[in-house]
Amino acid sequence: MPGGVARKVEDLRLVNLTKQFGGTKAVDDLSITSPAGSFFALLGASGCGKTTTLRMVAGLEDPTHGQIFIGDQDVTELRAFQRPVNTVFQSYALFPHLDIFENVAFGLRRRGVKDVDDQVIAILELVELSALARRKPSQLSGGQQQRVAVARALINQPDVLLLDEPLGALDLKLRRQMQIELKRIQSEVGTTFVHVTHDQEEAMTMADTVAVMNAGRIEQMGHPAEVYELPRTIFVANFLGQSNLIQGMKVSTGDVVEVSANGLGFRIPSKRNVAPGQSIVIGVRPEKIMVLDAHDESKLPAGHNRIYGTVTDVSYTGVSTQYLVETPWGQSIIAFEQNSIVGDRCELGDPVVLGWAPEHTFGLDPAEGLNAGLDHAVLELESDTEA
Amino acid sequence: MAPVVPVASVTTKVAQASKQRSRIAYLLLIPGLGWLAIFFVIPLVTLFMTSLQAESASKPGTYVPGIQFSNYTDALAEYWPQFVRSFVYAGLATAFALVIAYPLAYFIAFKAGNWRSLMLVLVVAPAFASFLLRTYAWKTILADDGPVTSGLNALHLLPDGRILNTGIAVVAGLTYNFLPFMVLPLYASLDKIDYRLIEAGNDLYGSPQQVFRKVTWPLSMPGVVAGTLLTFIPAAGDFINAELLGSTKDKMIGNVIQTNFIEFRDYPTASALSFALMAVILVMVLSYIRRSGTEDLV
Repeated sequence: MPGGVARKVEDLRLVNLTKQFGGTKAVDDLSITSPAGSFFALLGASGCGKTTTLRMVAGLEDPTHGQIFIGDQDVTELRAFQRPVNTVFQSYALFPHLDIFENVAFGLRRRGVKDVDDQVIAILELVELSALARRKPSQLSGGQQQRVAVARALINQPDVLLLDEPLGALDLKLRRQMQIELKRIQSEVGTTFVHVTHDQEEAMTMADTVAVMNAGRIEQMGHPAEVYELPRTIFVANFLGQSNLIQGMKVSTGDVVEVSANGLGFRIPSKRNVAPGQSIVIGVRPEKIMVLDAHDESKLPAGHNRIYGTVTDVSYTGVSTQYLVETPWGQSIIAFEQNSIVGDRCELGDPVVLGWAPEHTFGLDPAEGLNAGLDHAVLELESDTEA
Repeated sequence: MAPVVPVASVTTKVAQASKQRSRIAYLLLIPGLGWLAIFFVIPLVTLFMTSLQAESASKPGTYVPGIQFSNYTDALAEYWPQFVRSFVYAGLATAFALVIAYPLAYFIAFKAGNWRSLMLVLVVAPAFASFLLRTYAWKTILADDGPVTSGLNALHLLPDGRILNTGIAVVAGLTYNFLPFMVLPLYASLDKIDYRLIEAGNDLYGSPQQVFRKVTWPLSMPGVVAGTLLTFIPAAGDFINAELLGSTKDKMIGNVIQTNFIEFRDYPTASALSFALMAVILVMVLSYIRRSGTEDLV
């Protein structure tokens, strides 16, 4: 905090946290540790249990089983107003009958702090709203209200700050701006932030650790780059970014797993494979794929995995060109190519060869089905274009 | 520039259209204004004129038009105890109604779930029976040999040993009869409160009591103001409850007006009292609304 004394920062631990609503488990035996001072993102589609998890941490929902620790303190039995946790609500939930100053001062006053002026003014400066202190929330824009909500929570110096889709109501441009702003505030105050979102890009840009949630459970957790580069389940591969997935069988194992699929051979470093049995799904991210004219195949480095096909769609998006390539077995492979490459782009109907390094390939367990996580991602894309 | 001309003509068209719309809006006001003029303004003027009439010198017992302000001072000098009692009873009934209605409305708005509609119907249901009949029913309920009175007497809680024909019965009747007018506006304004605001209050270290005082109560103020007005105003002018449930010592200003009008045929005094009652209530209501400061919440 600006001007404040150095204070302890606490981690947040959820141990076997479960929440049952009637017959359905909204949150299923969740165990997470969010290190002190980290920016932790819970990412998932609506209904995956991420908001319920957050509400349990805030104390607004009682867990069916499990415990919540902040530092060494078990807060499971504490009521919301007794927890050293504050929330930035999705709808901001600013008090309409109080002005901005009083909204921000609310938490301090409830804890009996006498002189709140200096602290309120300092935090309003942090979120650049000092000039609007005497306005009512309804007189502010969405972005300003969002900043008030952050200030109102942060002024209490909570051990953990919870953010429940705080940017969902903002338009795309403002959302990007606020993402950077929130990240700046987080590094300035050093509090542990737990951020719930369905926006994968938001989770990746802001968080130190991303946990992808599905049906009440954590699918995968780690640094955004790690989760993106090496998804461990088909759900994650499809939900976080896009993936090309091809079903095949293992031919040989060792340091490098060799896979045969649709008459082609592929190689994956065995540490990038999690498929336990013979059958395997190999995956590659679209931007890892090089798209070359069929007669330029010799330009591909030796040892690269490759697929032959025909271009069925080319879309130029400025930064990159997006290709849709149909393989002889009828699958569409998506590939992004940077527009920095000198030379001709491939055209519709061109026979092409797609190549990528074995180190960019990942091997997944086919058990959950190739479409796991897909419909969610499509839904998010649609809701994004509407917004 | 080419587009300037069409743009200008479009704006004039828009202006014409909006002018036409506002003219239609005024036309829609006519039936209501007409109703008010015939059934409110004219009777009010008549009432005021009657209140200033003087007794005819040639024919005692009849009244002629005049400007006799002493009607007011005489009426108030004679009937001020009933005047004061009216406001005391109405004030007490309003306070009791608020205390009973607030928790009820709170429960219906936040906790009733699927029972909400049924409970609202039950609040209004008594109004399906006539006001007079319901007040008669209270005569039975509070009768000297009835269960309520005997029960309270067994505990030695009643100073006079009875409820019926006392001020307690009148206030109880008023409270009961006007309770729905308190519950409904309170429910409407509590129901409008976003429950997440209460959660936010809890999240910001507010204990349940603090959150009630600092969030729920202020946000329900429009309902409190509307409910207290809808209870107090008719209760202050009511005469049925005092007539049926009270003794001659518990008469309210409504009874005095009624007696003067129907029995004594002293129209100027009855009118002066009616007019004074309206004026006092109007002044009280205005200062109340101003003090409660709910303008920007409604």
